[in-house]
Order: sequence, then structure tokens, then C-alpha cells
Amino acid sequence: MQITLTVNGTQHTLDVPENTLLVEIIREHLGLTGTHVGCDTSQCGACTVHLDGRAVKSCSMLAGQVDGASVTTIEGIGTPEALHPMQAAFRECHALQCGFCTPGMIMRAIDLVAEQPDLDSKAVRAGLEGNLCRCTGYHNIVRAVLHSAGSDQGGAP
Amino acid sequence: MSSSAATATGIGASVLRKEDLRFITGNGRYTDDLNQPGQSYAVFLRSPHARARIIGIDTREALKVPGVFAVLTGADMAADGLGDLPCGWEVKQKDGSDMVRAPHPPLAINVVNYVGEPYGVVIAATRAAARQGAEAVMTDFEEREPVVDLATARDSAAIHDGVPGNLAYDWELGDRAATEAALASAAHVTRLDLTNNRLIPNAMEPRAALGVYDRSGDEYTLYTTSQNPHLERLVLSAFVQIAPEHKLRVIAPDVGGGFGSKIFVYAEETTVVWAARKVGRPVKWTADRSESFLADAHGRDHVTHAELGLDADGNFVALKVETTANLGAYLSTFGSSVPTYLYGTLLAGQYRTPNIHVEVHGVYTNTCPVDAYRGAGRPEATYVVERIVETAARELGQDPAALRRRNMIRPEQFPYETPVALIYDTGNYEASLDRALELVDYAGFPARRAASEAAGRKRGIGFACYIEACGLAPSQLAIQLGAGVGLYESGEIRVNPTGSVTVFTGSHSHGQGHETTFAQVVSDRFGIPFENVEVVHGDTGRVEFGLGTYGSRSLAVGGSALVKAADKLIVKGRRIAAHMLEADVDAVAFEDGQFVVRDSNQSLAFGEVAFAAYVPTNYPTDLEPGFSEKAFYDPQNFTYPAGTHIAEVEVDADTGVVTLVNFVAVDDFGHVINPMIVDGQVHGGVAQGAGQALLEHGIYDDYGQLVTGSYMDYCMPRADDVPDFVVDTTVTPCTHNPLGVKGCGEAGAIGSPAAIMNAVTDAVGSNDVSMPATPEKIWRALAG
Ligand code: FES
Ligand code: FES
Repeated sequence: MQITLTVNGTQHTLDVPENTLLVEIIREHLGLTGTHVGCDTSQCGACTVHLDGRAVKSCSMLAGQVDGASVTTIEGIGTPEALHPMQAAFRECHALQCGFCTPGMIMRAIDLVAEQPDLDSKAVRAGLEGNLCRCTGYHNIVRAVLHSAGSDQGGAP
Repeated sequence: MSSSAATATGIGASVLRKEDLRFITGNGRYTDDLNQPGQSYAVFLRSPHARARIIGIDTREALKVPGVFAVLTGADMAADGLGDLPCGWEVKQKDGSDMVRAPHPPLAINVVNYVGEPYGVVIAATRAAARQGAEAVMTDFEEREPVVDLATARDSAAIHDGVPGNLAYDWELGDRAATEAALASAAHVTRLDLTNNRLIPNAMEPRAALGVYDRSGDEYTLYTTSQNPHLERLVLSAFVQIAPEHKLRVIAPDVGGGFGSKIFVYAEETTVVWAARKVGRPVKWTADRSESFLADAHGRDHVTHAELGLDADGNFVALKVETTANLGAYLSTFGSSVPTYLYGTLLAGQYRTPNIHVEVHGVYTNTCPVDAYRGAGRPEATYVVERIVETAARELGQDPAALRRRNMIRPEQFPYETPVALIYDTGNYEASLDRALELVDYAGFPARRAASEAAGRKRGIGFACYIEACGLAPSQLAIQLGAGVGLYESGEIRVNPTGSVTVFTGSHSHGQGHETTFAQVVSDRFGIPFENVEVVHGDTGRVEFGLGTYGSRSLAVGGSALVKAADKLIVKGRRIAAHMLEADVDAVAFEDGQFVVRDSNQSLAFGEVAFAAYVPTNYPTDLEPGFSEKAFYDPQNFTYPAGTHIAEVEVDADTGVVTLVNFVAVDDFGHVINPMIVDGQVHGGVAQGAGQALLEHGIYDDYGQLVTGSYMDYCMPRADDVPDFVVDTTVTPCTHNPLGVKGCGEAGAIGSPAAIMNAVTDAVGSNDVSMPATPEKIWRALAG
């Protein structure tokens, strides 16, 4: 099937099999490998991206569902020279170790802060429940999200 | 060591990590992110049965699937002369004989012995075609009765020919007679039966491998998710015999967590690198999470009976331990050493127990191989010691902290030789206990318990005063004890002509932050800017040799190798500076980045000396140009991190739900290079330990099917399952490495399961709860 979608501000028209997942479009067709795949049951959140401004697990969206949509991936929110405040907060709070869960965590966290600007630690923990991290024990991720929420009310770009 | 603890980037500073910038912007390069022109995709044929004979594999339909290039089997691999996957540690049995190794071909040939065991591979132009091809392969299995239950495995039919009682080994350590005699005359004996639950490691990045064969140079390259690429190359070359070492390059790029599971040499990477030549194109494989569950080496899985004897004053007089350890269907790379040398040797804990005996039965079952998982043997040992000590305190009506304190090895008793073969070099166990008691507000616990009680919840507190042995060493001793390789590490420092520095280390970073801490160590040593130091790791083509990252060894062993190399450079630099400044070498010192002539105002900066070494105009005639040095560092002993972990839990009596409400970890890791990173390591370890204690369990049913094969069934700790952690450190520097460091990667996972289970059993008032303490188990214990 033919679909048109905008990824990080650039429009793409692609011809893909109907059962292609959004994460496959992102990683394999567009070569944006910052979005990761950590499971096959939509449980880990490593693949989280923004679809029309909201965090979604890109492994659970089919090509047909994203026709006409606007997608933002981790590559689209900031660069090493101009980090998004959530990216900066993750670094400052040591909220990542191996980095594998990190893009998904950051994309989810940005949406979380946008959704509920007056978060407390309990709300952050509940809000990140769909994203697994095996390295950090979540302690510093929670700190980073709170830090960013405090310094960046509203969060999303 | 320069005094730059005060500087922003030196030793002791919480420097932000160099590696973060690429990870937070999506620029990390993990194995699955890499692609090669013309690459093909591998999908493995895996056994659906726990135990079966392969009667025949019909590949005809699969080969008709468009895009399928080849279907290769274990027989094809054997026909090419590839060897077995070896187990790298020879454990001697108590009668002096060798352990019994079962044959372990990378791809099963005639028999399969666990669900998920690979016996073939389909290689195709696309992943979808490879999948379709795999589904079209018709394999005729003759099912056989599997041996799954650890408790009865020794009385079951032999899984492997020539392995009666499914026993790989009976191993013992310590003085049995003395221990039994001391127990017989003890004033009190505490007895405890414990299960250490099987865990599935679950690094968030699934394993992956990309094999490339270059016909022009007859050279192989393997990109893979490895914690130790040189070891991978050594095994694939020397044992599996894919190619000689100089023809095989192994690259472990960014790796998304390991926790032990990526130490081992597995069938899949072996297959893709071999198959790349056979099919004449690069072959890529990335595990589905389901495959990770089935075929990444699992951890733990012990059943133990322990007895602790105490005299009338509460002094420990003897500890006797008998453990049956599940090794799975085959001996994985280090599977034999984990329940023996990494377990039995740690049973003295922090205590002066004079008599200890441990016997371990290492048993084969029709389950996934079991090997090192974060802590590897040491969490199991800590679980035995700290659960039985806590139980003894309860039986005797003593304060658990006081009973521990009474029995701790005291600072003036170091070096301390335990009855189980280790010599602890240093420690101050009471210091970390005291600090933990203060941080948890132990005195305030009765009031907190009453408050919980008033709110309808039961509250419990539990301790674990753990010890671990890290930086496995020295090589000679380890090899005498059965290790197949030395346990040193290599490091190289290349100072470039303009003074920037490239550091090559045999350690591998997959979350630990070596690119930062190792740069701190080197920049601190040279007194040069942290930004000027780049750390290279994970590539056998760039780094001379290495034994990799496991057992919390990177800084203690790999970092020490770099200090050694740095010191060689400083020696050379002093000679160059002496010549240039027309001074005596002995008069030249190196201080804060300057080569200075003592009692003069003459000096040369580090960069000036480096430049002179590459542009040798005014240069000693008998000295080689260039400014790079390498070193191998072989430690004289293990390092012994230790500490106290205290957990507080609340239990909802109606639902059985346990909530971890407070966790304090005070650890002695010796000197700390980067406190921010060390705290992060502890957080992560504690969460994994909390997972073991409360949530995680790898379960096989009676037929050997893995019941917990996805995140729907295997309960990983999530953000709302754990609290904020309170962590702190005390410091007794390691006495035998130049940095005074001990290692911090595993401590969190070692102390926490025992601390949490002591808290849970305290809360419910019953010792009869096994890990994980699920609501059902708690509810039954309370009903009980
Ligand atoms: S890959 Fe795990 S949720 Fe999408
Ligand atoms: S940082 Fe490794 S999984 Fe989160």
C-alpha cells in the first residue's frame, strides 16, 4: 500500500506491505535507528514515538493507521548541540545507562509532562509504567522527569 | 594520584557522561542498527520440545519459499568441522575427578534438550521470507520424557548419555568433619530450606549478530551484542574453529545492557558468522524478545538446605550448606563456576564463622542453560547467609543488627582468611552497618510499624550485610582452580602528537559509563583536560586484547591496567623532559600535568613532551620516538566490596500485595571515581534484586515449556514497583590495586533480595515465603 506521512518535519511517500509496523517504517525504511525494539508484545516502550503530538508505541501501529499522520522520533526533538530540555534533564540526572530504553523513555516523558504539568514522583512512576528500563532502577529517570517538569512546564516541542 | 578530587572532572567528581549525548539524541549504534550491503536475514529453527530426538528435517518446502537462500542444520555445521560450544571453567569434583561435560554443538544435531534450543537456521533475502521459510521446514521429532524438576532431577532418567543421575559434578569446599562437629556441640542450631528462583536476565536490547565474510582477504567480521568481544573471538577461533584469530574480527558496538547474559558465546552468533561464508553474503540475526526468554542463559535456580550453629553467647560456630544448582541442559560458557567458586567461597559473608562446609550438586535438566546473571553466585551466597542469620536472630529473640555486629570481622583483623578459601584484604563492616541504621532511622522503626498497623498494613524491616568478591584473580590461581583463561586486563594509552589521548581498553561498556570514568582516571593521572581523552573499547580490530566486563571487574582490573600504562608514559616523559631541560632524570618529577625539574623554575607541559616524542629534534638518542604504552594488569587478589542493605516493606493483609516502601544501601566500594555513576549502578542493581524478591520467576511447566516467556507473564520491575532509593558509601580503599577501587556493578543485586525477603518475612511473621513474594504466596502465608 502507498502511504504518506511526515516524520520529523519531512514528508515521505512510501510503498510498503500492509502489515508493516510504524517502527519498521521508522527504522528500516527511513533509517532512523534511534527508535528501538525491545519486545514483541507491546510491553516495553522502547519504540515510543510521537504520533500527531502524543506518545505511542510504534510497534503497535500499522502502516495504514499512520497514513497522513505526523510522527516525531527521538532524532526530531533535539540535537547534541541543541538538546530538548527533557534530553538535557536525562543527561544531567544520569537517567540512562546503556541508553537502549532512553529514546522511548524521553518521548514518553515529554508527553507525560505535557499532559500533567504538575507531576509528583508518584504520578511520574505511574506515567512511565509502560516503559521498561533494566539499568537505572528508574530512580534517576523519575528525577529527570521531575526536573524537566519543574524547569519546562508544558514540555513538548 | 593527583589531588583533583576537587577538580570538576578528576577522580571523585560526578562528571556527566560522554556517551550520553549520542544516546539521548538517538545516535547510539547498537548491533541491530548496523546493516551491510547485500545482507541476508537469519531465522532460527528452535525446538518446540523440552527433550526429543530429531528423526529428520525436511527442508524442501522451505527452499521453495521466494527469497530463501539456504536452510542449514547442525549436521551441516558438524560436516564443516565446527566444534562444540565450550564451558570455560573445569570444576573438579569432590572425589578429584573432572566434571562431566555433555556435548554441546552450537546447533543441535541428533537431540534437542530444551524448548528454544536452535537446531537449524533459515537464511533469506528478507526477515519475512526467512520466517516463512522457517515455518515451512518440517521436522520430525520423537519426544522423550523431559527432566524438569530440580528437586527430583538426580533420581530421574539421564538426559545425556554417560551422565548418570544428571550430575555434572558434586563439589565441596571447607572442612566437613570440623563443621559437623561444631554443629553437634552448638548451643543453638538454626535450619533453613531456601529456593533461589530462576531469573531471566532481560537486558532491554535483545541479542543480535551480523556476520560478514570478505572473500578477498579470507576474513570474517562479527558484529555482536557482547560484553567481551575478545573472549568471543578466542572461543570462536580456538574451540569452535570458525577461523584463526587473525582472520576474525569481533566488534561489540553500543550494547544495550548485559547483566551477564552477553558474556557467553551462543549458537546464534556462531551460526551467522559461519553462514556468512556459506551463503556468500552478510547474515544478520536479531532476537525477538520471545527468543531472549527461551535462549538467553538464565540465572540462579538453586535449592538449598543450610544449618547455622551458634554458641550460648550468639557467636556463629559453624555453617553447613548443601545446594542443588540447576545448570540447565548444557554447561554454558561459565555455567560451572557460578554455583561453585563464585558461590561457596562467599559463604563466610562478613562474619568470623570458623567452620564452614558447602556441598554443591550441579545438575542437568531439560531447561535453558543457567549461567552468570548480575552477581553470579554471590547473590545466592548472600541469600543463604543473610536469611539464616536473620532467622537465627528471630529464633533467639535477638536484634538482627546486634547479632550481625557481634559476629562481624573487625577492622583490625584484616587481612582475614576465611574457611572457604578467600583472603579479604580490607573492610569496615560496622561502619556501613552504622551508616545504614542511621539512614533508615532504625530507632524510629517501631513507630513506623505502629503507624502502618493503624492503617491496616503490616510493616517489616530486613537486613543484608553482604560481601562479594570482584575482579576475579589472580590468573594463576584462577587457572589452577579450573578457569580456562587468565583474568587480567589490557589497556593502551596513545598520546597523539598534539597531546590528545586515545585510550584502548579490553573492558567493555554496555551501560557502565567507561567512556567517562576511564577518561577521568587517565586525565587525572596526566593532569590534562578530560575532554582530550577518548576511550575506545569493544573492537578486537582496535584493541589489542581484553577479557571484558563481568564480575564488577572493569575499573579494578581494566582501570588498573590503564594506570600502569599511564605510569610507563610518565617514566618515558621524565626521560624526554630531562634531556630537553638538561637535567638529571631523577631530578624530574611529574606534577599536575607538568614535568618539572625539582628546585628550579624549569618545566615542560605534558603536551610539549608528547610533541617532542613525535618530532624528536632535541631528544635522547637511546630512546624510541613515539608516546604510547600498553600494559596488562593481573590483580593479586579479588577485591571485596561489602555493605549493608536495609529494606522496609508494607504488606496489605487482604490482598497479599507487598510494597517496598524504603530501601537503604550503604556500600563500601573503596575509592569512587564517579559518585553519580556509582549511585546509578546501585539503583539498577537494587531494582533487579527487588525484581527477584518480589516479581520475577522463570517457570517451566512439567513438560518443560517455559510458562513465563513474555513480558505478559514474566514480571519485570516497572517504575511504580520500586521506591526512591537511599544510597551512600563508606570507604576502605582496596589495598592491592593502584586506584584503591573494588567494583560496584553487582552489589545492588547481591544485597537486596535477602534484605527484602527478611523484611517480607518479618512483616508476615512467617519464614515460609519463597521468592518471588507474590500476593498469592503472602496471602497463603497469612492464612496459614
Ligand atoms: S517494542 Fe516493546 S513496546 Fe514496542
Ligand atoms: S538505560 Fe539500559 S535499559 Fe534503560
